[in-house]
Amino acid sequence: MADAEALIDVRGLEAWYGKRRILADVDFRVEPGEIRVIMGGSGSGKSTLLRHVLGLHRPSAGTIRVLGVDIAHADAAQMLDIRRKIGVSFQGGALLTSLSVGDNVALPLRELTTLDENTIRIMSRIKLEVVNLGGFQDLMPSQLSGGMVKRAALARAIVMDPKLLFFDEPSAGLDPVVSAELDELILRLRDALRMTIVVVTHELESAFKIADTITVLDQGRVLMTGTVDEVRNADNERIQDLLNRRPREVVVDVDAYMKRLTEEDA
Amino acid sequence: MEPVTRPLASLGRATIGSIAGFGYAGMLLAESFWFALVGWRRGQPVRIASIAAEMRRIGVDALPIVGMLSLTIGIMLGIQFVAALKEFGAQSQVVLAVAKSVTREFGALITAILVAGRSGSALAARIGSMTVSQEVDALNVIGIEPVRYLVAPALIAMLVMLPALTIFADTLAILGAALYSAPALNVTPLAYIMNTMALLEPGDIWQGVAKSVVFAILITLIGCSTGFGVTGGAEGVGRATTRAVVLSICYIIVADMIFSFFLNR
Repeated sequence: MADAEALIDVRGLEAWYGKRRILADVDFRVEPGEIRVIMGGSGSGKSTLLRHVLGLHRPSAGTIRVLGVDIAHADAAQMLDIRRKIGVSFQGGALLTSLSVGDNVALPLRELTTLDENTIRIMSRIKLEVVNLGGFQDLMPSQLSGGMVKRAALARAIVMDPKLLFFDEPSAGLDPVVSAELDELILRLRDALRMTIVVVTHELESAFKIADTITVLDQGRVLMTGTVDEVRNADNERIQDLLNRRPREVVVDVDAYMKRLTEEDA
Repeated sequence: MEPVTRPLASLGRATIGSIAGFGYAGMLLAESFWFALVGWRRGQPVRIASIAAEMRRIGVDALPIVGMLSLTIGIMLGIQFVAALKEFGAQSQVVLAVAKSVTREFGALITAILVAGRSGSALAARIGSMTVSQEVDALNVIGIEPVRYLVAPALIAMLVMLPALTIFADTLAILGAALYSAPALNVTPLAYIMNTMALLEPGDIWQGVAKSVVFAILITLIGCSTGFGVTGGAEGVGRATTRAVVLSICYIIVADMIFSFFLNR
């Protein structure tokens, strides 16, 4: 059964921030072993989708199954079990500023396993080597450059050998060379560690380079999910706008416009 | 209608907001105790090492400033009581007045206000900046409950260190009073202190210590909950820090008054 195999299975997801609907009827499936890129412009809802899949927000409607568990109804033990099996690298790295790079990478092992300190040290140094940060374990996060922070965050995300790795905006704020290196690293991780990887990005070049499949989000809706070629050749106007960096044409609804201008609580 | 409904609506929102705040703080308290008691069985242990680190930050590092200020306040109380009681020819009561007011009231109050300024604000700033930079989210997705990692160690450390600091402050304040009052009363400082020991009852010390336990809970919960509630980047962290200190001190003073009322009837 194909359903049982999907690592992530989101159906009919809806999300609201106050009165604003961020996600509408989103269906999203990720199969084992693939690199899925969630692509979309700013405000398309891609970060919100990620936060829901990670269990950081509760869905207003719809179901989210991660590794076969409905995370809106999972108890603490089930959630902990899922979180041992996933790794997340946040946009800004989110390294704990009070801990050294080595301690940051070792944190999941220290807190979630009963391994002895020697093993933990060796395992976290191996992961630092994987992301080309060997020997940097004693530095503090504030002493690292932007690219190094992302790589250290990646090392922390993979230290528990997760089945499923999430990467939020790997190339945001990095120069082209460093972001190309990160793309290479993501491909290598999939091949070497056989992880399923979900990458959220708005960088076209990086998306086309690393993706097996791409989900395009726009204004909270999934425009399409398909392979790189399918997305390139899609005849959807919004997708072509995104691909060709065309500004979107905003159609003004006159009534809504007048209402926004005149009403105090609009 | 609007001039009437608008203030009513904002009053309603403020009320709901503060009830939600109380509820959130209560949840932090319950979860912290839960993790401290059974967390290690659920894979969420509260580490002794992090409690010890918090105890050092909250307690040991505060010793010099708490010591200095309580000594000063002791001297100040000595001056005031000697001057005031002289008018009635009741200088002999200075020892009693200082001993009771320091142990029941000033020791706990001064310590709590200092610790709120030092550690309550630090908790709010630390948790606030961690919230802003997604470090709290990172802890969550790693599988580390932020409450057990950030709040529980601070709460336990505060519950141990604030009473300890209060007793330390009591001692130094009485010493300060002795330094000034003993010559004014024509006794030796040692005799003054012996007299204090004879006059003090265990209940006096307990009153201060019991208050400090309540203050410890207030400072930690207000610091942590304002920290977790931060929105709006670095400016938000600054606002939360100020808010944590002001709120803590307000609650400490009100709680102190309520305590004093019920314990001295």
